[in-house]
Amino acid sequence: MLFDALALQLGYNATLVTIGATFLGIASGVTGTFLFLRKRALVSDAISHATLPGVGLAFIVMVMLGGDGRNLPGLLFGSAVSATLGLLIVNWLTRRTRLAEDAAIGAVLSVFFGFGIVLLTVIQSMSSGRQAGLEGFLLGSTAGMLWSDAVVIAVGGAATLLAVLTFRRPMALVAFDPEFAAASGLKVGQIDLIIMGLAMAVTVVGLKIVGLILIVAMLIIPPVTARFWTDRTDYVAAIAGLVGGISGYIGAAISASAPSFPTGPIIVLVSFTIFAVSLVLAPNRGILAALIRHVRFQRRVHMRQGLLALAQGQPIYERLTLNLLRRAGLARADGVATETGRARAAKALRDEKRWEVVRSDRQHEGAAALYDGLREIETVLTVDQISEIDRRIGGPKEAVAP
Amino acid sequence: MTLELAANQGSAPVTDTVDQSPLAVRGMTVSYGQKPVVFSVDMTIVQGSMTAIIGPNGAGKSTLLKAALGIVKPLAGQSMVYGAPLRGQRQKIAYVPQRASVDWDFPTRVIDVVLMGLYRELGLLRRIKARHIEKARACLERVGMSDFADRQIGQLSGGQQQRVFLARALAQGAELYLLDEPFAGVDAATEKAIIDVLKGLKAEGKTVVAVHHDLATVTEYFDRVFMINTRKIAEGSVAEAYTRENLDMTYGGRLATGQIDQLDLIAS
Repeated sequence: MLFDALALQLGYNATLVTIGATFLGIASGVTGTFLFLRKRALVSDAISHATLPGVGLAFIVMVMLGGDGRNLPGLLFGSAVSATLGLLIVNWLTRRTRLAEDAAIGAVLSVFFGFGIVLLTVIQSMSSGRQAGLEGFLLGSTAGMLWSDAVVIAVGGAATLLAVLTFRRPMALVAFDPEFAAASGLKVGQIDLIIMGLAMAVTVVGLKIVGLILIVAMLIIPPVTARFWTDRTDYVAAIAGLVGGISGYIGAAISASAPSFPTGPIIVLVSFTIFAVSLVLAPNRGILAALIRHVRFQRRVHMRQGLLALAQGQPIYERLTLNLLRRAGLARADGVATETGRARAAKALRDEKRWEVVRSDRQHEGAAALYDGLREIETVLTVDQISEIDRRIGGPKEAVAP
Repeated sequence: MTLELAANQGSAPVTDTVDQSPLAVRGMTVSYGQKPVVFSVDMTIVQGSMTAIIGPNGAGKSTLLKAALGIVKPLAGQSMVYGAPLRGQRQKIAYVPQRASVDWDFPTRVIDVVLMGLYRELGLLRRIKARHIEKARACLERVGMSDFADRQIGQLSGGQQQRVFLARALAQGAELYLLDEPFAGVDAATEKAIIDVLKGLKAEGKTVVAVHHDLATVTEYFDRVFMINTRKIAEGSVAEAYTRENLDMTYGGRLATGQIDQLDLIAS
């Protein structure tokens, strides 16, 4: 069943939804990247909740004009208008009053959403309101999605993506260094509005499939996931698009394979799964990688300290140190150095003396900056430099303490 | 070219130098809230000079620079760049913000940061070509950072980060270089590298202005000073203006006499 859905073999509606969700996922992942990099991810929450009164008002207006209140382009237009208003208010409150952005977001989000719910209740009581199904915009509803709905989503998503590609440079510049951007003549306020406006566009496009409450997850989770895998802005955007697209595709397919699975929430759960895997397994930034790095570093420190202790004939108390030395064949269980152990210890102590010379000599300033107590001196200085230092220290005999 | 100064009685008379000055600030007042941080300040930067902007913490040094560049919006005042309004002259200015003003965990590499200096050239959609990369690498070379081009910026030390910022400014290919505390919290090797680059710029006939903290190095590094404590205190060559009296006025007795005595003051 799931396989059929993944292969788009589960009927017309399921196929439309799956393709639409994939497009939406790509667009929201890429767009959300710049919101995330600008550290304004939560603005998307205000924007999405601010769509609701627009949806309600658009329905009422269309009905009063004698049209079909459920016309999707009409409803999306209405949602875009009220979301834009919400976005501008958040922006204005943050820039012109002493209100911090989080407070502005909270205020706008709740007021707009509350007003929207009131409108939905009013619509319920209207004569033509019973079948409106507008509450589907809260969590998305994909049942009965039309070809024209899919086209709206595909075209809207593609247009947003194109706009993001066009403005990616100024958006990245403003996100990284707004002061430099302003000094270069960029209008930071306008670029910010573009970043937020594009997020608004994706939100509106995604209302039908994921709904306004969960679209935030599709804007935030993909870039956060992508950040684990790369250190480059353009790659973060690309990987975020990929994560979003895959989540949309797999999520829609899973939900199509079982009638009781809601599409939006499943998509969000799929993207969260990819996030969780990245969090643990990603190279460099993942939890596991960090843990391994820490353990390795700790072992190097213990090894080094153990060798220096052996060289100076000091007793070793720490179990870990002793175990490491024993396993490397450098010491016996009672802490006495083996033959190799003695040789390595002598070398460690000698390197320590060499470093001392390096660090007290201005001529070696560059090399001295690399000293961290662990680095092999051969990786920093040439053989000639080392033998010059050895001449200054004296023969190996003197360097080894009894 | 004349300046409109009708509403600005506090400023010094406009001299001929304004027309050629790389940066002439007139009647600049900036306030965050009700209390001005910079009040009615005039500043005339001399072509080909190296000017240190000095003053105590919170005296408006950085703010003056930001207002002059239009990064913060002044309450009053204007700045002229080579005798013309700032708006059309931005390509002649390179700016180095304070290192602490950005998030160094941002996903970007050293070379990408330097390429940001070419934004005006690249615009929205022009492709980054080999010659752009070449140029960025040459700028990294000048600050001694060419080995770090592909590193993530978070892996750099503070001094290295500062040098990357300087390389980005060099990539802008400007005439006037404005730096906000370029020596703050950097290692000795970086300080040397930066001052060498700045002196190199001066030798090429460029103009350098830096917000500076370390009074001990003013005479060694700069040839002009601009002293500010909300209001302008003094402006001129290091020989004329960098005096004990002006320092006292600028720092309002916050400098111990012993500290001043240790400074290598040319005139006092």
